[in-house]
Amino acid sequence: MNLPTAYVLGLSALLFTMGALGVLIRRNTLVIFMSVELMLNAANLAFIAFARGAADLAGQVLVFFVIAVAAAEVAVGLALIVAIFRTKHSVDIDQINTLRG
Amino acid sequence: MLLSEAAQGGGYFSLAPLLIGFPILGLLINLLFGRRMGERFSGVVASTAIALSFGVAVLQFLALRAHPEGARVLLAEWISIGQLTVPWALRMDTLSVAMSLMVTGVSTLIHIYAIGYMHEDVRFQGDPGRYTRFFIYFNLFVAAMMVLVSADNMLMLFVGWEGVGLCSYLLIGFWYEKGEKGIGNALAGKKAFVVNRIGDFGFLIAIFLTYWTFGTLEFGAIFHEIEVAGAELSGPLTLIAFFILLGVTGKSAQLPLYVWLPDAMAGPTPVSALIHAATMVTAGIYLITRNAALFSMAPAASNTVALVGALTALFAATIAVGQFDIKRVLAYSTISQLGFMVAAVGMGAYVAGMFHLIGHAFFKALLFLSAGSVIQGVEHGLHHADPHGHHDFDPNDMRNMGGLRSRMGITFWVFLIGGLALAGLPPLVGFFSKDEILAEASLLNRPVYFLLTVAAFFTAFYVGRQILMVFFGPARSKAAEHARENPPVITLPLIGLAILTVFGGLLNFPGLHTLTDWLEHTLPHVHAGEFKPAVAAISTLLALIALYLAWLLYGRRPMEAGHVDPLRRILGPVFVGMENKWWVDELYHALFVRPYVATARFLAETLDWRFWHDWFHDVVLAGTFNRLTHWLAWGFDLPVIDGAANGLADLVQGAAGKLRTLQTGYVRNYALSFFAGVVLVLSYLLFR
Repeated sequence: MNLPTAYVLGLSALLFTMGALGVLIRRNTLVIFMSVELMLNAANLAFIAFARGAADLAGQVLVFFVIAVAAAEVAVGLALIVAIFRTKHSVDIDQINTLRG
Repeated sequence: MLLSEAAQGGGYFSLAPLLIGFPILGLLINLLFGRRMGERFSGVVASTAIALSFGVAVLQFLALRAHPEGARVLLAEWISIGQLTVPWALRMDTLSVAMSLMVTGVSTLIHIYAIGYMHEDVRFQGDPGRYTRFFIYFNLFVAAMMVLVSADNMLMLFVGWEGVGLCSYLLIGFWYEKGEKGIGNALAGKKAFVVNRIGDFGFLIAIFLTYWTFGTLEFGAIFHEIEVAGAELSGPLTLIAFFILLGVTGKSAQLPLYVWLPDAMAGPTPVSALIHAATMVTAGIYLITRNAALFSMAPAASNTVALVGALTALFAATIAVGQFDIKRVLAYSTISQLGFMVAAVGMGAYVAGMFHLIGHAFFKALLFLSAGSVIQGVEHGLHHADPHGHHDFDPNDMRNMGGLRSRMGITFWVFLIGGLALAGLPPLVGFFSKDEILAEASLLNRPVYFLLTVAAFFTAFYVGRQILMVFFGPARSKAAEHARENPPVITLPLIGLAILTVFGGLLNFPGLHTLTDWLEHTLPHVHAGEFKPAVAAISTLLALIALYLAWLLYGRRPMEAGHVDPLRRILGPVFVGMENKWWVDELYHALFVRPYVATARFLAETLDWRFWHDWFHDVVLAGTFNRLTHWLAWGFDLPVIDGAANGLADLVQGAAGKLRTLQTGYVRNYALSFFAGVVLVLSYLLFR
């Protein structure tokens, strides 16, 4: 089966756009977090697509890195959300505006 | 140049600087140790210094006998600017050495006299420190006088000229706290200084003109130039001579600048004798004689000099007749006799002038010192009669004296000798010297001869009046009754001067011409004075008549205490004029002093204070500045400078206030910003 790279990239762009919109629109911190994951994986998908299209393994290697970083980020991010929830009793992003100028 | 350098001349010439050096040494010793060592030490040191100076003068005299052409002793370079070179150089020739001998000789005697006189002074007036100070001034005076006499150029002579003027000022005001209203003596000193300054100004101009004309200030070079150039220079020479005359009228107390000399009697009597009779006041005559070559080329100026001298001689003699202060009589007599000398040198009779100068130094110093002796005798009497009171008693007033002949024998005899010499009776020195002037005048200048003869008549009269009032008749006060003779330290110098007065005539005895031959080596065109028996007879006869008249008025029926002067009855207002010095002081006061003071006051109070200070400075300068600074402070600094700084700060603050609202704190906003930024960057990268 020979799927064109452009299709995969289109999917990647779609996923990324959904992720970005999720980050911008959603109020629940956890959902925003998941949207961020979506954007990361969209990028991974783009990497894979290019790596396959160019027959170069470097893209796939980068994806592993991205997954590792995403795992670390999730660990830190979830810890932060838990800490915020403990003080604010809420995960609504609009409630977290203590750094307002 | 006739003068050979010192190295070739007599060996003694190289000692000439000691003429000045010894007095300076004496004054330095007194300055450093005098106060600690006490009276005797100061007096002896000062007198010894002058005596040594006299010894040096004698050595110069001996050297000149071997080398009559004289010598020039170079001490040091002084001024050297371009063409102008003025060294410190001593001119040892017959004229300067004759003067040096007279000055140091008479000074020595007066110094010794002062040892006694100032001791009494300290006893009566208190303040022992003055004793040393007096001798320091005295030595300084002799040093300055020797600089004046031995100067080889005009500028050095001027240094001496000013130096003696300074000492004169210091010594006139020596009793500075005494006199009218406690400042009378200080004012007399000031007057002498200021009047002399007018004369000095003339002399200074003469020096400048001399340099302008000749390009040098050295006497030898100037005289050489005059000899070579001769009549071509008569214009500038006359001008120089006139300005020198102005200097002479100041220093030698001639009309119209004589007014300081009578007031100078405020100083101690040795000062009057040394400075204001014997030496300093003769500096003017010396100056003219020194510049004889110049004056002989300026007949107009010379004639003026002669006339000024003759007029002064007569004018001052008339004032002397009406004075009651024993020293003032002698002061006006000095002015009158200086007039004789000035008249003589003005007529070109330089030797006669110098002869009278030296003779006058002897007998006038004698008279002054005797007067001092009289005053001190009367002061003794005053203390004896009443040890405490009588503070308004004037021991100088001849009306308080009388009958001192028996109580002060030595003083009487020496005063008589001096007085008769002044009157011009033979065989005393005054006869020969005055007669030589009169004889020259009868040949050279008739009006001057006439004036001088009348002056001589007055001279004899006031001398007779003074002697009769002081020494004859009854004592007119308790003080005079108890007067007593002074100790030998005072009387011995008097006897010495009396001997000089008696035998001084031998100096230029008619037929011998010793002084004439002596001065011939230095002065141009000197001729031996002719002895004219007729002139001598007339002047002697007039003097005798005048003395007889004085006896008629003051001797036959002596003045009693409290009586008016018998001459007043005869002369009436004329005597009042004489007594009041013809109101010359008042005239000068009205003509010069008052306008000057008024001008000074106007300048000080109106021009300086009100215009310059109150208006120009306070209103214009300070006011403008104040307004300017006020404007700068409130109009510029605050609004503009501060405004700029504050405005900038306000701007930053305001902008920051606006900008901080960007920090909403909502993560979504930040994310949107990222997004927009990414979109922008990407769009740029895509569409560039």
